[in-house]
Amino acid sequence: MPTVKSLEDLKKIREEALKKREIKSAPGSVQIVVGMGTPGIAAGARETLKEILNFIEEKSLTNITVRQTGNIGRDSWEPIVQVVIGDEPAVTYGKVTPAAARQIMEQHVVGGKVVNDYVIPA
Amino acid sequence: MKEIALHLLDLAENSVSAGAKTVKINVCEDQNADLLTASIEDDGRGMTPEMVKMVTDPFVTSRTTRKVGLGIPLFKAAAEACGGNLSIHSTPGVGTRIQVSFQHSHIDRMPLGNLPATFLGLSVAHPEIHWVFRYTARANGTEEPFEYDDQPIKETLDGLPITHPEVLAYLRNMLEEGIGAAQQILKE
Repeated sequence: MPTVKSLEDLKKIREEALKKREIKSAPGSVQIVVGMGTPGIAAGARETLKEILNFIEEKSLTNITVRQTGNIGRDSWEPIVQVVIGDEPAVTYGKVTPAAARQIMEQHVVGGKVVNDYVIPA
Repeated sequence: MKEIALHLLDLAENSVSAGAKTVKINVCEDQNADLLTASIEDDGRGMTPEMVKMVTDPFVTSRTTRKVGLGIPLFKAAAEACGGNLSIHSTPGVGTRIQVSFQHSHIDRMPLGNLPATFLGLSVAHPEIHWVFRYTARANGTEEPFEYDDQPIKETLDGLPITHPEVLAYLRNMLEEGIGAAQQILKE
């Protein structure tokens, strides 16, 4: 089992992050929630979440919290993703394919501009 | 849902909803015994026998007071169509264990699917839960196990967010390489 060596690698990542002051006690300033109830999963929510995590990894984004939650109750809009930036009101997106997720990450999470095409009408 | 991994994700969400603190998922591809088995075990609030019956066969119970999804019945039907079965053992206040099996070589068996993506999502996006994932491959009389227990990982992080990009890369590689390496012994 390579686990012991692996934890050493993780400690190094932590030390590097500490030097760059990336450790904060407060939760991340961006919160992303992906609906992962049965309808969400059936509609492809796992691929949506995977794309969001890949984007964070690829663009080295910090201060983002990602959560998955149970059934949201708006089945026809799945996969559903909610984005909250700082004190701004939550924006709920529907039919978030991996490509849509990438667009939301680029334009809203990084660029600060809501992607109206995918916003679920209230 | 077209992957066993997606059904396991669905079951894992049920465990989270049931208030579990620790969830263990085991997957075993056993070509020696021609079996693919999976189990999920949680310490959530559990179910009464009546509830177990309802989530397994929602159309044969008269009770209509609670909305029940079709995730488990469909997974059960898929297993039974492939020479396997699905069973639920649950104790109120203690937890639930669901076991499923398929004939590994069955022509209609759904693919295992993307286990690393499923496990990474659960571990990262439900950080309050202690996840233990095991994958075992058996073929030609040998066995290759892989285990991912996120408790020591989270202890090591010690304040560093699990969504830190380098941590994500580390966890993703660990899952992809670990499960991929174990799967090497399986025959096509």
